[in-house]
Amino acid sequence: MDRNLQRQVANMRKSLFDQGYLDEQFIQLEDLRDDANPNFVEEIVTLFYTDSAKLIRNIENALENNPSDFERLDDYMQQFKGRSSSIGAKKVKTECSQFREYCKAGNAEGCIRTFQQLKQELATLRRKLETYFEMARQANT
Amino acid sequence: MENNNVEEMDIESLSSMWPEDINGKQFNIEKPGADQAMLEDIFIIEEPKIVDFKRLVELTNYSEKGSSQLAYLVKNWEYRQAYAVRLLREELDTLSKQKQESELKELEITEEHRFEQESYGGDKRPISVLDEEYDILPDFPRKIKHVVVENKGLEIEADYDTVIYWKQRARHLEELLEASIQREQILVEKLQESIKNLERQSSPVEELSQILKRADHYLHFILETAPVTIGHQDKDLRYRFMYNPYPSLQEEEIIGKTDAEIFTGGGVKEVQDFKREVLEKGLPAKREITFETQLFGAKTFLIYVEPVFSKAGETIGVNYMGMEITDQVRKREKMAKVREEIAVQKAKESELNKTIHITEETMRAKEVLATMSHEIRSPLSGVVSMAEILSTTNIDKEQRQILKVMLSTGDLILQLINDILDLSKVESGVLKLEATKFRPREVVKGVLQTAAGSLQKVLTLEGHVADDVPVQVIGDILQIRRILNNLISNAIKYTHKGKVGIKLYKITALSCDLREGSKGNITADRSVFSAIIREPDKCLSLSQSGSDLNGFLEGPRKNSHDDEPETPVINGASMDGGEENHRHPSETTMWIGCDVYDTGIGIPENALPTLFKKYMQVSADTARKYGGTGLGLAICKQLVELMGGHLTVSSQEHRGSTFTFVLPYKVSPQCDNSDDPDELSDMNGHDAMLDSHDDDISSGTFIFGPRMLGSLSSSSSSARAQNQLPNRVAFNATHKLNGLSDDPTSFPGSSMPSKEVNSLKDACSAVDGPATSCQQETSMMQSPDSNYKVTVGSEREYQHKEYGQFQDTFKVSTCSSGVESKEVSEKVRLTDCQEAEEIQERFERSSQCSSSKGQEIIESKLKPRILLVEDNKINVVVAQSMMTRMGHKIDVVNNGVEAVRAVQSSSYDLILMDVCMPVVDGLQATRLIRSFEEMGNWDAAVKAGIEYQVPQNTAPNDPQLNLLRNRIPIIGMTTNALSESADECFANGMDSFISKPVTFQNLKECLEQYVM
Repeated sequence: MDRNLQRQVANMRKSLFDQGYLDEQFIQLEDLRDDANPNFVEEIVTLFYTDSAKLIRNIENALENNPSDFERLDDYMQQFKGRSSSIGAKKVKTECSQFREYCKAGNAEGCIRTFQQLKQELATLRRKLETYFEMARQANT
Repeated sequence: MENNNVEEMDIESLSSMWPEDINGKQFNIEKPGADQAMLEDIFIIEEPKIVDFKRLVELTNYSEKGSSQLAYLVKNWEYRQAYAVRLLREELDTLSKQKQESELKELEITEEHRFEQESYGGDKRPISVLDEEYDILPDFPRKIKHVVVENKGLEIEADYDTVIYWKQRARHLEELLEASIQREQILVEKLQESIKNLERQSSPVEELSQILKRADHYLHFILETAPVTIGHQDKDLRYRFMYNPYPSLQEEEIIGKTDAEIFTGGGVKEVQDFKREVLEKGLPAKREITFETQLFGAKTFLIYVEPVFSKAGETIGVNYMGMEITDQVRKREKMAKVREEIAVQKAKESELNKTIHITEETMRAKEVLATMSHEIRSPLSGVVSMAEILSTTNIDKEQRQILKVMLSTGDLILQLINDILDLSKVESGVLKLEATKFRPREVVKGVLQTAAGSLQKVLTLEGHVADDVPVQVIGDILQIRRILNNLISNAIKYTHKGKVGIKLYKITALSCDLREGSKGNITADRSVFSAIIREPDKCLSLSQSGSDLNGFLEGPRKNSHDDEPETPVINGASMDGGEENHRHPSETTMWIGCDVYDTGIGIPENALPTLFKKYMQVSADTARKYGGTGLGLAICKQLVELMGGHLTVSSQEHRGSTFTFVLPYKVSPQCDNSDDPDELSDMNGHDAMLDSHDDDISSGTFIFGPRMLGSLSSSSSSARAQNQLPNRVAFNATHKLNGLSDDPTSFPGSSMPSKEVNSLKDACSAVDGPATSCQQETSMMQSPDSNYKVTVGSEREYQHKEYGQFQDTFKVSTCSSGVESKEVSEKVRLTDCQEAEEIQERFERSSQCSSSKGQEIIESKLKPRILLVEDNKINVVVAQSMMTRMGHKIDVVNNGVEAVRAVQSSSYDLILMDVCMPVVDGLQATRLIRSFEEMGNWDAAVKAGIEYQVPQNTAPNDPQLNLLRNRIPIIGMTTNALSESADECFANGMDSFISKPVTFQNLKECLEQYVM
């Protein structure tokens, strides 16, 4: 095991929390790791991304076709928010909340703008987490 | 000047005029003239003074005091006269001295004259007058000093030694002489005057009487209003003198009489005795005496009495002084009383404070204890159940042994905590009694069986229920069973050999000694249940045998369990048709006594009083040796008293103890057995067995003999075990040796409509014994694979028939059938006898054993069955993972429809329901489930489009399954924990909600609240 790498991983993890990408729910997931499921967090995160891809598409479609069907948008976003909060994706979750606020206010433009930001955050988080997991794997081998 | 001196002297002598022995009572009187005016203003009543003058004279003449007083007066007078004489003499001396001086002066003067005459002739030197004055003066100082009358004023104007000078000088001297003579005359006059004065003062009596009168006036003045009586009594205690400011009697009524002659009443005798005492002792004394006389009512006097002595030293009477202090005494008494009251009050207050403090402390301690117990119990039960699960996994012998210790220790702690909680419950009045029908015989048997199941020593357990105890009574069976269990386990604990038993008998006014008679009741004509407690398995096996323990062969027996539940009803009816049920036409109260006796170590007499106190054991030794908390008996007593009965104990050390509790029970006239199928079925099984051997069904005598390790192989018995719960979990183990024909044996049905946690726990404890002895048993047994697990599901029914010839045991469990079910909550229905038979055969092949098989019962039903309704895969995975961590397995469905279906086909102890779901959301699903629970049908669900699918494995007509559902706790899971969504959850019938994402913490709290 590379000590240096381990320290890097730890730093990275810390910065993920410090920069507000993740919240304590992520720690809960980490706690669920055990010998039987050493990659539990990764699996969950992967599950999250595959699972949300469809939902994102749904929202995208809805925004394109029916940007004023706020009820539906809110419904989707609630689901998405639930998933985000399950893995502790804090920034994404914040965007979700913002999105829902706009839904409540009936602000389609705001919704679209927020959704773009949301996707960006999602991508950023994915990138960061992928790097993190990769490094963590290396550090532990 | 001299006159003044005399006066001062007078006063000085006056002050010492009074005798010293009137201690501190000297009359310090001012100048006679000064106070006269004051005294004149005072009107002195002389009446109260009643004097026997004759006596006074006598006293003055004869009594020591009187004479000494007189003597002192005389002496004083003499001293005064002597002093006056001395003063006069001094005066005379002075005068004569002056006279001498003046004579001397005269002589000098004459001499001077002569000298001058002489010098007149010789000294012719002329001197100026002034000069000579200057010169002369130093020459004559001595002479001048001797002259009383100075001649400084002598001024001679004439020239010295002139005729004029001499003339003048002579004239001057003449004047001086004249003055001197005059002075002499004055002195002589004065002397004469003084002598005259002396003569005038020469009558002392007058003076003395004057002084005395003055003193007397003062005395009167002082005593006038003082509440003081003064008196003198002679040696016969007759009054000779009496001063009383408030006289109510005339002189003649007092003088010459004694106290007793004057007045009568309380205190008179006392005062007389007191005076007499003083008279005899010759010592003054003070005493407080309370009078209660007609003369002056109730009055208290402080009386001072002093003896009066004659000159010869004999007592001749007493002086007496009394002061009325009634008010003071009263005040004093009042004060004392008040002080006393205050003291009492204070004592009470402090006592009360102490009590309050103690009570508060106790309350707090109790609360803390209860809280702590609860807090400890929750995690502990987690630990214990984890350990239990661990014991089901593949572990080696050593590990299993360790686990067993863990489990039994854990159970002990749980028991202790439960005890504490129970006690605080009973004490705080939280515990509510429930009236349920139950059969005393069943209870006795059940309790004994349970005890036998965990028996670890060679003891005979016996039970006897008298004939006149009704078959069925009404009471709080749970508590009664608890009491019995407690007493029995206590008895077993302290008994090392001999027997432990229960006797039940009806109490009538005359039949209190029934229990005495019942001792010999274990006779051959009764049906005898013998349980052989086998060492290897310690299973709850009860040999069913008409003979004693050594009986070998039994004819094929008919067992009515086969057709449960139908047959039992019939049997029950036949039993209920017995005499018992027709004896009581109406519901009456019956007192039934219960003895729990043993042949144990007994209780020393001095320990009996504290026996039922909390945390009390007979001695510290006992606690060390036997362990325990000392709570058991306290709980028993409280429970018994709560039920309106009483618990007593009689004991003989080394002989044994008997605990007796007498409780009132209601006896209902009709025993409607159909409403109690469980108990009935069990009872029927028992009755049926009895039927084949004995006719006596209403009286129960049960003997659970000591386990016989050596004789196992030779004993032939059909073992039957059952726990004592209404939700009966029973299994039979019949084994046959010698290849004899086997009895058809069945398992009594186990139907558990109720999921009462208590009973489940009891069930666990009931089967605990066998579980823990697993290790031993396997080692003893020849068949290594004979560990059977009986998984008891709360609502599951086992209907199992076995006809195997070599039947060791059976097993009913998903585990036992080789299918390691991942989810224990899965329905376990063993209606397929085939499977069981298969298993049976397999075991027969592998173990043609001659010994009994171990049976291990895992009470997996302890584990709550949890349904998670959630569409979010991530949440499902997370929640599942967390639940697994906590030792729970959960069923997962993805939407409301599936949730309803799951509830239709299975039963759960807890549902975690996501609120937002596709198809049918959590709120609606909850509504549908609630509707079913209330209505007993799924109409609402059908209306909502969810078809009711009859679960495959459930008997569709089983009414219990559907009717006796409890309300399942449903916990909503919401994304936003806003209050509105909370309201929504509650409005739709949810019990609580947790906010997503789920965390260990909120899941754990939820589980603790709803399923633990």
